[in-house]
Amino acid sequence: MSSQLFDAAQLRRALTRIAHEILERNGGADGLALVGIRTHGVPLAGRIAESIGLIEGGDAPAVGAMDITLYRDDAGQLGSTAILHPTDVPFDVNHMTIVLVDDVLYTGRTIRSAMDALMDLGRPAAIQLAVAVDRGHRELPIRADYVGKNVPTSREQKVVVELTELDDRDGVFLQEASHGA
Amino acid sequence: MERKRHLLGLEGVSAEDIQVLLDSAETMIEISQRDVKKVPVLRGKTVVNLFLENSTRTRISFEIAAKRLSADTINLSGGGSSLSKGETLADTARNLAAMSPDAIVIRHPSAGAAILLAEVLDCPIINAGDGAHEHPTQALLDLFTIRQAKPELKGLTVTIVGDILHSRVARSNIYGLLTLGAKVRLCGPPTLLPPMFEHLGAELHYDLATAVRDADVMMMLRIQRERQGHNFFPTLDEYARYFCLTEELLAEASSDVIILHPGPMNRGIEISSGVADGPYSLMMNQVANGVAMRMAVLYQLIIPGHDGIRGSEIPERTPTSATG
Amino acid sequence: MNTETQNAARRILVKGGHLIDPSRDVSEKADVLITAGVVEAIDKPGAIPSDGAEVVDARGLFVAPGFVDMHVHLREPGYEYKETVATGCLSAVVGGVTSVACMANTNPVNDSGAVTKYIIDKAKVAGLANVFPVGAVSIGLGGEALAEFGEMFEAGIVAVSDDGHPIMKSSLMRHALEYAKMFGIPVIAHEEDLDLCCGGVMNEGLMSIRLGLEGIPSVGESAMVARDIELARYTGGRLHVAHVSTAESVEMVRRAKHDGLDVTCEATPHHFTLDDSAVAGYNTNAKMYPPLRTERDVAAVRAGIADGTVDSIATDHAPHHRDEKASHFDEAAKGVVGLETVLPLTLALVRDETLTLERMVDALSTQPARNLGIERGTLARGSVADLVVFDADRAWNVNATELASKSKNTPFDGWEMRGKVTRTIVAGRSVWEDAA
Repeated sequence: MSSQLFDAAQLRRALTRIAHEILERNGGADGLALVGIRTHGVPLAGRIAESIGLIEGGDAPAVGAMDITLYRDDAGQLGSTAILHPTDVPFDVNHMTIVLVDDVLYTGRTIRSAMDALMDLGRPAAIQLAVAVDRGHRELPIRADYVGKNVPTSREQKVVVELTELDDRDGVFLQEASHGA
Repeated sequence: MERKRHLLGLEGVSAEDIQVLLDSAETMIEISQRDVKKVPVLRGKTVVNLFLENSTRTRISFEIAAKRLSADTINLSGGGSSLSKGETLADTARNLAAMSPDAIVIRHPSAGAAILLAEVLDCPIINAGDGAHEHPTQALLDLFTIRQAKPELKGLTVTIVGDILHSRVARSNIYGLLTLGAKVRLCGPPTLLPPMFEHLGAELHYDLATAVRDADVMMMLRIQRERQGHNFFPTLDEYARYFCLTEELLAEASSDVIILHPGPMNRGIEISSGVADGPYSLMMNQVANGVAMRMAVLYQLIIPGHDGIRGSEIPERTPTSATG
Repeated sequence: MNTETQNAARRILVKGGHLIDPSRDVSEKADVLITAGVVEAIDKPGAIPSDGAEVVDARGLFVAPGFVDMHVHLREPGYEYKETVATGCLSAVVGGVTSVACMANTNPVNDSGAVTKYIIDKAKVAGLANVFPVGAVSIGLGGEALAEFGEMFEAGIVAVSDDGHPIMKSSLMRHALEYAKMFGIPVIAHEEDLDLCCGGVMNEGLMSIRLGLEGIPSVGESAMVARDIELARYTGGRLHVAHVSTAESVEMVRRAKHDGLDVTCEATPHHFTLDDSAVAGYNTNAKMYPPLRTERDVAAVRAGIADGTVDSIATDHAPHHRDEKASHFDEAAKGVVGLETVLPLTLALVRDETLTLERMVDALSTQPARNLGIERGTLARGSVADLVVFDADRAWNVNATELASKSKNTPFDGWEMRGKVTRTIVAGRSVWEDAA
């Protein structure tokens, strides 16, 4: 069983709202950059950055991509894939406000790894977090600054974000465990 | 999960595995270029560098690679280890096993030493050069360096020149290049290039001029000065006369030819200074790529339960029958 | 042993078997009666009354003169941790070998009558197989100065050899061939040109290229065979080429025999069974000198055995301690044990129709006895009753740890074999019987 949490339009509106919230919170786009966590965080970061550019009527903020495999605390335990993807953050993170972007916030461990990885690139002025879905069940004291939708879930369920850049369609879905991972 | 993955050589390693290793090295290159050249992925892991033959460069390359992945490294070298005091390799290995290393990198003057270790120990073994057998990480970094310069390895003509007979670098490169679809030419005097090499799938050349023609990659091997004393060739001078890669010869190669050399090179013997310092020479890239490549190998072999490369098989000795 | 069994042991009737005795061109069903250590009677099945003799039921089995292995390393004195005369002789009789010629590379080297006598005394104590020592050609196997052939001959040697240490000095080889004529004994030559083979650890070929191991070129052997055949031609001496391994060597021996020279030749089961692919994986139990060669060489050695060019089969039984083989290939000891697997490996040549059973027994018993000039390798009436009974079809698996030899360095561990010795009799005494 799978139910839709967001269709394409709802997702678009949620990301636009997040763009507004980021601008409001930071008083504009100066000194702001986005870093998407591979894989689905990267196109999300791109879309939010594009929104910000449109809203501000100027250049979109810089966007980077981050692979956190080498920072995970569960390396090897989850049958993680063999393929490493490069981290590509083509700007200086020092003194910047970096908004980390990911699709789903769950235990918080991925975000912890991403923060470590980011700090190894330099010393940002601040790190904020934007996610499309927060499904709860945190294992670390981490919370998102910007959330597309809060969705109560059980641990057995699975939240899947699909993006046209990587998948067939846009949308967010809730799957029951019996359908397998 | 139970089966340990090793990198004992490139013979028999699949194209998929080689690609995964090369792809992983791309990521590692990025780490090596930042201010904080370290990731935590191998935190708490121990890598033993067992170097029973002199090799400062390869040992340092492995040590930096391990450290950049946050592994602890222990270096044992020939002079300081008990091996020089009559202990067998297998016993040294068992002693090391008691220290629960997560990987052992071994360099040994005898062919087969890495395989022997893999048979005795229950941790990943990485061959850093065993006699004249194989030196897989050197070949991987050569492949990686070629891939950086050329869009695709498949279909390239790669010429390896020098003491092929005694070269583990040549052997590993032959296997890796052929697996990835390149054409391999070997070149050297007949004393250092026995005809049997043809059976590995390479073309043999005894004339450097024809071996260079239209080559996309020239890989020059270091000529060991000691060979002179064993009549493999009369003198280094005469060797250079026939097998030194000069700018004139290079003009016959493909217009975007690249030059590799595993180092340390003998200028004026296997390679002229003009070529060594010329625009096509990628020797410094090789050194930098060496660290990234070894990081990729350590990562892919050590992370447990990882759905990663299969690596090298320990050769099986299958009993047969005389029942006729 | 009580008196009753002792008396019974004096008379043995081997009954119902198929007797193969190439010395008399016999291959037929026959019973053999042994009395007081010699063959007393041979007759049609059932023709000899048992008359209180111990009856060995040989129905469905073959009976042959005990095998004579003219190339064995017993390691005593000096290397008793590898093998002793007693353990080596036990290994021999388990394999159906009733006589062994043991090489001189002991410590001290068997280059004197004293060492020869020491070995013979040890063999008497062991009381299993007959041991015929081979004396050194040169003092200390040093390849320089001729050892005292006469003193050793009087103590009991049957041949001279610097086995394991090829004689590089051509004049020494020449003089050995000449001087040995005084005693009518052969010079057994380990044919490897050490200068050509220098540093090699396996056959030079595609396999050595792949493994990155230093190769031993086949010409290293054949060049020496050529030299020694020419020396034998020149001197008229008796040359025995040990463990021939290359096609070219076989061909040269064939021509030498054709020319009527006094040249004989042996091959080992490992050289006619395995090629250099057995080294794959750096299997140190496939390391020996001369090394395992190519498929083509194996075929040539087999053809040589078939046509009699290679007149004898010998094992070059070379026991080494586990630790000496557990090393990396370059450093590992060279040589393999062979006494307990010689029969099934040779029977494999019979099954693939390379040899007849009769030629097999000829190569295992009759010819080597002739080469050494010993009165063995025959079951003629009145001859010493050294006899082997074997089942040519019995299947069994080699388990190295179960070998009787003190050392377990066989390349055939885990192999499925067919053919097993069921009884070994030396000088009328049953010294080994298969429990199964």
